[in-house]
Amino acid sequence: MKKSLLIPVLLSAMAFVALYSFKNISDSNSKPAPDADNAGLKLPEGFGALKVAELGANARHLVVTPQGDIYVKLARAKEGKGIIVLHENSDGKAQVTGGFGNYGGTGIYMKDGYLYASSNQEVFKYKLDAKNKVINPDKPEKIITGLKAGRQHETKSLVLDNNGNVYVNIGVNSNSCQEQDRGLRSPGIKGCPLLDSMAGIWQFKAKELNQSYGEGIRFATGLRNVVGLDWNQQNNQLFVMQHGRDNLNSSWPELYNEKESAELPAECLYALKQGDNAGWPFMYYDQIQHKKIVSPEYGGDKKKEADSKYIDPAVAFPGHMAPNGLLFYTGSMFPEKYKNGAFIAFHGSWNRAPEPQKGYFVVFQPFKDGKPSGNWEVFADNFAGTPEKAAAGRADHRPCGLAQGADGSLYVTDDVKGTVYRIVYTKK
Amino acid sequence: MKQVLMVILILTISGVTSHAQKKAEAKKTVKTEVISAAVFANGQKVYNKYCLSCHMADGGGVQNMNPPLIKTTYVLGDKTQLIKIALNGLNEEIEIDGEVYNNVMPSHGFLKDQEIADVLTFVRNSFGNKASAIKVSEVKAVRAEKK
Ligand code: HEC
Repeated sequence: MKKSLLIPVLLSAMAFVALYSFKNISDSNSKPAPDADNAGLKLPEGFGALKVAELGANARHLVVTPQGDIYVKLARAKEGKGIIVLHENSDGKAQVTGGFGNYGGTGIYMKDGYLYASSNQEVFKYKLDAKNKVINPDKPEKIITGLKAGRQHETKSLVLDNNGNVYVNIGVNSNSCQEQDRGLRSPGIKGCPLLDSMAGIWQFKAKELNQSYGEGIRFATGLRNVVGLDWNQQNNQLFVMQHGRDNLNSSWPELYNEKESAELPAECLYALKQGDNAGWPFMYYDQIQHKKIVSPEYGGDKKKEADSKYIDPAVAFPGHMAPNGLLFYTGSMFPEKYKNGAFIAFHGSWNRAPEPQKGYFVVFQPFKDGKPSGNWEVFADNFAGTPEKAAAGRADHRPCGLAQGADGSLYVTDDVKGTVYRIVYTKK
Repeated sequence: MKQVLMVILILTISGVTSHAQKKAEAKKTVKTEVISAAVFANGQKVYNKYCLSCHMADGGGVQNMNPPLIKTTYVLGDKTQLIKIALNGLNEEIEIDGEVYNNVMPSHGFLKDQEIADVLTFVRNSFGNKASAIKVSEVKAVRAEKK
């Protein structure tokens, strides 16, 4: 009985393997197959995901070349390498082929034959060859230097426009410019002098070397910290995601209860023009009242509205979810509704405690003609592993950087385990 | 000469044994020290109000931002240093059991001596920690030294 069963089972298994490998060969020129468990992610119908690699390092922003090389920026250099280079096989899995740049940081971007990468004080550029490989990894050109970096909000994200300008975030090493940072009922410092060299986006020239504050332009101010930013090609404009302030309850317990402090203020998407002021530290955006509200450090009472000279957000998300990646999708692999819309990687909160934590997902915000249109939705979820791990803030993975592959795949990094995810549309 | 050597030997042996005895006693007191329910409850109340938002309900802290309070050298180590952190806050690039944390800890000097003692006693005996209580007199002494 047992023997007679074995043969048909073996035969069908062989047939399955043969068919399966044939399927792989026929697919290898188009898209890689998703992992059986979609790399642990929850995705909309028709999408799948695979784990491209797991680096075991704090993987921040990344760049994917049309030739299948991936450059990943690490928060801290590992064995003297702050940028890890990977190469993808036809099945979508990648292995480390090298690394360079003995500095930690977050920002990395590719434009017009150059790779740009930042430490927490400087920005370097590396010339690429025709196959987008770095020609001289040990001799980058230093284009920006001497940027301020405190212990918090120290990273320098960057993006380029189509006119040879580099935009760099300079986050401020303060929560709300209090006399005693995050202190109980500590008032704001008058005029907040930190704004002269931090809390904004600075513009520099991609072609010049050794630029610092004197050569750059403070493009926009009043932005506490920006990690995710991107250039919108449709209306030729810079968009940034601000990390909103913390500690409304712990610094101002008489004004804000724990629930209000968990929800407020909004994490804001801003569309920036030169000279814009988003209002930090003097105000924050309240997404429930839909109003700009004066900060308690500067005389606010939770209701008093701020000066209308401060810009309004393009989209306001719930508080503390920590938007670390922003990407306008210009590919054609995904269905039409995703075209030119924004993906946002929310790293996940901590300042919602004792309320449940939130985030640890990638969101999609539809756009039409360069403007947000319609409601945002969670696109890729369950980076945390389980809803309980997300609520406790003990996530297995935390999404951070976003990049688009030449075929329109969406890449996401995780800075806990260094996982690189690739999300593909699988429906024909 | 022989006699001198003998005396030294005896002294050394008795020194070692009495040191070992003292150690055993110290261990015993840690083990048997009972923290009153009132101290623990008050410590937890202070923790939830003033520490939990950064160090989290499980004392595990936040990756890269706020350090854990689980068996760190600061929590279990020198009491004076621990009391100073609570009173003055901390904002330095220091390694806490091999990791660096970027946020600032504001001063909690506004808390009463009793509250500081109770919250630190609570922390030293929660989240898997086991260490002696911090006394009000110890907090008082550190605060006085500061002035
Ligand atoms: C605003 C956030 C915040 C609050 C509130 C806060 N801490 Fe901290 N705490 C930190 C940070 C950040 C550090 C590390 C600072 C550094 O590295 O310079 C720290 C360090 C410590 C340390 C030493 C390092 C370690 O992990 O062992 C102890 C002990 C500690 N805190 C206890 C407390 C206690 C007790 C309270 C409440 C009375 C409290 N903290 C409130 C953020 C906070």
